[in-house]
Amino acid sequence: MFPEIARRLLATIPVMGVVAIAVFALLHATPGDPAVIIAGDYATGEDIARIRAKLGLDQPFLTQVGLWLGRIVRGDLGTSIFSGLPVTTLIGQRVGTTAWLTLFAMLISVGIGVPVGVLAAWRKGSWLDRLVMVFAVSGFSMPTFWLGFILVYVFAITMSWLPVQGYSPITAGFWPFLSHLILPALTLSVVYMALIARMTRASMLGVLNEDYIRTAFAKGVAPRGVLIRHALKNASLPVVTIIGIGFALLIGGAVVTESVFALPGLGRLTVDAIIRRDYPVIQGVILIVSGVYVLLNLVIDVLYVVLDPRIRY
Amino acid sequence: MSPMSRRQFLAAATGSVAATALPASSVHAQKGGGTLRFVAQADLKILDPVWTTAYITRNHAYLVYDTLFGTDEKLQVKPQMVDKHTVSRDGMKYTFTLRDGLKWHDGQPVVAEDCAESLKRWMKKDRFGRLLAAHTAKVAPVDRKTFTLELGERFGPVLEAIGKPSSNVPFMMPARIASTSADEQIKEIVGSGPFRFVKDEWQPGNQVVYVKHADYVPRNEAPSGSTGGKKVHLDKVVWRYIPDPATAAAALAAGEVDWWEIPPIDFVPKIEQNATLATFLPDPLGTQGWLRPNHLHPPFNNKKARQALVAMMDQNLYLQAGIGQAKYYRTCDSVFACNGPYATKAGAEGLAKQDLQKARQLVKESGYDGRPVTVVHVTDISFLSAAALVTRELLQSAGFTVELKAMDWSTNLATRARKDPPDKGGWNVLHTWWMAADVINPAVHFGVSGAGSGAWFGWPEIPQLEKLITEWVRATDQARRKQIADEVQRVALDEVAYVPWGEWVAPTAFRKNVQGIPKFIAPLFWNVSVA
Repeated sequence: MFPEIARRLLATIPVMGVVAIAVFALLHATPGDPAVIIAGDYATGEDIARIRAKLGLDQPFLTQVGLWLGRIVRGDLGTSIFSGLPVTTLIGQRVGTTAWLTLFAMLISVGIGVPVGVLAAWRKGSWLDRLVMVFAVSGFSMPTFWLGFILVYVFAITMSWLPVQGYSPITAGFWPFLSHLILPALTLSVVYMALIARMTRASMLGVLNEDYIRTAFAKGVAPRGVLIRHALKNASLPVVTIIGIGFALLIGGAVVTESVFALPGLGRLTVDAIIRRDYPVIQGVILIVSGVYVLLNLVIDVLYVVLDPRIRY
Repeated sequence: MSPMSRRQFLAAATGSVAATALPASSVHAQKGGGTLRFVAQADLKILDPVWTTAYITRNHAYLVYDTLFGTDEKLQVKPQMVDKHTVSRDGMKYTFTLRDGLKWHDGQPVVAEDCAESLKRWMKKDRFGRLLAAHTAKVAPVDRKTFTLELGERFGPVLEAIGKPSSNVPFMMPARIASTSADEQIKEIVGSGPFRFVKDEWQPGNQVVYVKHADYVPRNEAPSGSTGGKKVHLDKVVWRYIPDPATAAAALAAGEVDWWEIPPIDFVPKIEQNATLATFLPDPLGTQGWLRPNHLHPPFNNKKARQALVAMMDQNLYLQAGIGQAKYYRTCDSVFACNGPYATKAGAEGLAKQDLQKARQLVKESGYDGRPVTVVHVTDISFLSAAALVTRELLQSAGFTVELKAMDWSTNLATRARKDPPDKGGWNVLHTWWMAADVINPAVHFGVSGAGSGAWFGWPEIPQLEKLITEWVRATDQARRKQIADEVQRVALDEVAYVPWGEWVAPTAFRKNVQGIPKFIAPLFWNVSVA
């Protein structure tokens, strides 16, 4: 097991290398030029050329790739073309917000999605099952930005229970921290809640027809015990997979949620950088996110072994 | 909708300003202290106001830095850091003496050398500054409080240049910082303005924090624009960047922020219905829309084809489509800001009234060969998008074949800098906007530059315009400058350097507990308090 984990950890390096080069190539193929944006309205062609040279954008593509990779190997993600701040500082300022948002959204998704899916499978064909399915379809279909505004209107503007926007770090107090995350996390979680509920239901339906479930009931095990200890444990592998993928999707989905709630997270950092063609920031964020994604997949693979001892690597 | 005359507009604008401005601009017993939370128009990413022309950086700099001279509400230039100044009898030597008690945020005194270095750096970047530099022999300190500017050639508007209110404003910095190359960003943010920038709390994309500069010594005069006594009543100013206007509107209504710099105009009626909120027109000069032809390539390398653009122009169409609410826009037949000192109707007869028949005739006379005219269509800025669509319709009515090239603003910035022919990635027509303060006279106005490759994108080569601009800066008499400005407009519209498509104003919105917001082209935070 441990050699496998070590092997997988080492494998993240070439994966991230490929991601890095692909991102670099894609960005440089995109129309737009940070030098022109920096130069501003009054710039002449000479001004723009001077800024391009200063930023190294006039170098051949391969030279630029080489220089950038060389810096990465030394742990330097570069500095923002615009603010002049190190990319690591910018990511450090934002990573906490996105991490907490993603974690809360996942807790809500799993905390509601799994029990609801189990109950829907247990009461297949009942009004409860139909209700869950209606919720799931609605959850998939609802645009995040729309739901965000509805929640803000109801809970922040009409009832004044929660803040409209912004982020308060946990060091500023637990309630301010939590209150700023409830609406964004709820908004972000709905799609994944629906996804997890549907996946749990489908997986549970398959397991509930197994002989060992019938045997458990025949032995007089209480329904709760059958559902949780026998059925859910065996139905959990696909659910765990979807939770793992969900984490990655949540990081992507955070872009919209962070914009709607004005949260200073990685999603908005990326969008702002893309709009301005701030290459070092875009490259740095994507590199970090791809690394997290690879590690999450590793964690899921390890969880498979924990949940199903028959699995071996 | 019937067109609104300038007089009608001014009456309406004055009325609406009076109705909305009173709570803000009237003088109250100011309560000291507190934090003001402000939603800025854009994300502050660049901190050097000389290195970039971005308005958000200029606005940031007004908090942190001070200026030698400022511009008041009536567009008059008045001393700010300067205590007194003298001009030699021949008008060739200016001597400036600094006020007592000026200090940098690091506690060091402001000395003449700092100001001389700051002026020199600014003169390398700014258009007005470069014109001044071309006429200047020497800027040098005399003693710790005095420095001189000696002209090599006559230059009339020296104080107008040094006191210009919009980008690039000559903000003063310590000499060690001002000696940074004008092509490099400064690394250290140390000003002598009424607020201090808190670098540790700066989060690009989220917030900027300023605290009161306790050592700031305001002038004794009443405040007006960027002049007069900059009295600080706030302990802290927090700029928030909230990219979604609906979120910003909700945050303002919920009291999470106090002041929203520029709400989109379609949000304003809703804001005005809220009893706890108010709106106010801080910059009556407003903003001017531009249609810019590319002079390098057919068909607009031909004067008659360009004149067709003037003949087809109907500013009301653009303003209705782009701005929408009539009380916030006005037609303006002048290339110079219509509420500014050089507004004129000279040579603008063709601009005042649309004549599509004449446009079609001009297109025919130009020898237009039917090749598609590439119009840059910026899709992520609503009024520019609308302007491009109106232009397409009008160009087609005039007999052109049109191709819209859709892109976001950032791509547009790269595209507009390309001199290639339209079928190789270039363009024929683009739309943009400028604050009226940046089109107020020939020295700051990029649209009337005819410097060819040195001119703004579109690169008109009209030597007569360059000659007139030089004459304008050398004129020392205001009446003569006005005459020259009229001539500049005649030539610019006859050669069609660009076509203005009207002016509009943008209200600012705030909670009624915010008092003392000054009238100015940029948001200013001195004399502002929160109850």
